[in-house]
Amino acid sequence: MTLSNKARRRLMIFVMVAPAFVVLFGVVVYPFFYNVVLSLSNMSLLHIRDWKIIGFDQYVKVFTEPSQPDFYLVFVKTIIWTVVNVVFHVTIGVFLALVLNQKDIRGKGLFRAILVLPWAVPQLIVALTWRGMFNYEYGAINLMLTQWLGVEGVQWLRQPLEAFLAVIITNVWLGFPFMMIIALGALQSIPHDLYEAADIDGASWFHKLRHITVPLIRPVMIPAITLGTIWTFNNLNIVWLVSNAGEPGDQTHLLVSFVYKAAFNFYRYGYGAALSMIIFFILLAFSLTFMRRSNVTQNVYS
Amino acid sequence: MMRSKSATMVRLTASYAVLVVFAIIAFYPILQIINISLRPADRLLSTSLELIPENASLDNYQELFTGRPFLVWLGNSTFVAFVVTLTGVALASTTGYAFSRFSFAGKKAGLLSLLVTQMFPATMLLLPMYIMLVKLHLINTYLGIVIMYSATALPFCIWQMKGYYDTIPVSLEEAGRIDGASQFQIFFRIILPLASPALVITALFSFMAAWTEYVVAAQILQDTELWTLPVGLKSFESNMTSEWGLYGAASVMVTIPVVILFLSLSRWLVSGLTLGSVKG
Repeated sequence: MTLSNKARRRLMIFVMVAPAFVVLFGVVVYPFFYNVVLSLSNMSLLHIRDWKIIGFDQYVKVFTEPSQPDFYLVFVKTIIWTVVNVVFHVTIGVFLALVLNQKDIRGKGLFRAILVLPWAVPQLIVALTWRGMFNYEYGAINLMLTQWLGVEGVQWLRQPLEAFLAVIITNVWLGFPFMMIIALGALQSIPHDLYEAADIDGASWFHKLRHITVPLIRPVMIPAITLGTIWTFNNLNIVWLVSNAGEPGDQTHLLVSFVYKAAFNFYRYGYGAALSMIIFFILLAFSLTFMRRSNVTQNVYS
Repeated sequence: MMRSKSATMVRLTASYAVLVVFAIIAFYPILQIINISLRPADRLLSTSLELIPENASLDNYQELFTGRPFLVWLGNSTFVAFVVTLTGVALASTTGYAFSRFSFAGKKAGLLSLLVTQMFPATMLLLPMYIMLVKLHLINTYLGIVIMYSATALPFCIWQMKGYYDTIPVSLEEAGRIDGASQFQIFFRIILPLASPALVITALFSFMAAWTEYVVAAQILQDTELWTLPVGLKSFESNMTSEWGLYGAASVMVTIPVVILFLSLSRWLVSGLTLGSVKG
């Protein structure tokens, strides 16, 4: 029996699309709705089999129940963490890309390879190694402070503010190469005659940066920054591992580590699911407004 | 003319200074790992800043390979990463193609859901899937962890592949059809080879995700014999005073393959990612 062309094409579509649907249903749709159900339930270690739907109580709890650490404080910290990290990632990344992209720099390949290393090293190892470097007595950071600068060492991991700073430093270190690589790609796609034309017109370095470089790398940088913001906001590894699950005394938490602890260390499944939903809606709202706004301004300039 | 020449000198000197400073910052923690791995047992906790420790030795590596189940963990990690990479490439290359070329019910919603998963906090998928794995008795099995890793890596990989397929002209497929090639032949003989840069990126991301992941693995794999490298490595770190050197040696062994892969594929990384984000 031979199949007609049309039937063959149908079969092809089915073969390609069916796994897609199964996969998406299994890994996205089902967990998402299960999470919604969980967030409306009282499931916890005590109620793992006999759980029931209790409505929005868990959401109310997130906003009103006094918790250690305080939900609002963790929220503010997460915002600070995200903004500081992304600002440093983008400025350092774009700056290094601009320096590397100059025509007469030698050893570009070598510099690029070394500068991309923080991205290549597994995050677990980055986090644990920096944790070692922040050790009070034996860590390299304090040894440099005392032996080279003659300043007293800092109690990095034993005080809330210092621990937060340590986590941020680690994440800035590991995050700038991504932005640098994206910016390099964008810079290389700018046609060279634009700069030559500007040179003939006697444009200054700053003018060229502002009127050629920035507008032309913008369309590539905006999605990368959106993605970078979401990844930073949601980065569990670094805060969890550098602060050893929130030390000192659960005072070094971001929303994502706070919810992870509630769910997997305290088995508060319903509460954790509700908090996950809240984090998700915060990010969704951010992404929608950020993408829309940057599109609007882009249209104004072009 | 003289002035512009000296201006160039200043600019170049400043540029190299910036690059060297950042290169040192980027490289120092890596040097630190190598340093720890070479420390002899009596100098694990040292207050010296020398780059290569005094009496450097390879004892930690020897202990790692002969005295510890490191080779077992290496085998486990290789197996898990291999299966996750294969699954990722097979599913992302076909699904991405379907999303790029065919129109079918639910396509828009499907594409949107792929993007939206990037905004899920880790627990959003982990918690439901963890409870599901408990109910299916898949805790403490490789199947459980392969499902978890594939699930978290797939949406980004599918999106990446779809974006790349979009840049391949449809006319190539039509030319193939006129020559009498079937849909399957067109996909395997024309499209897939053209999409190899995106396939490489998908493979790299899936592999890295599986090779380096700790938090989920620690939650799912409980027996020491089942551990993957990151879980084993973390167990050395928790015991900083006595096994810090083993931690260093294990870290070097885990990092080397990833860095080699990363650097050798970094040319593709720029074009693949940039293309993907422009499309996105």
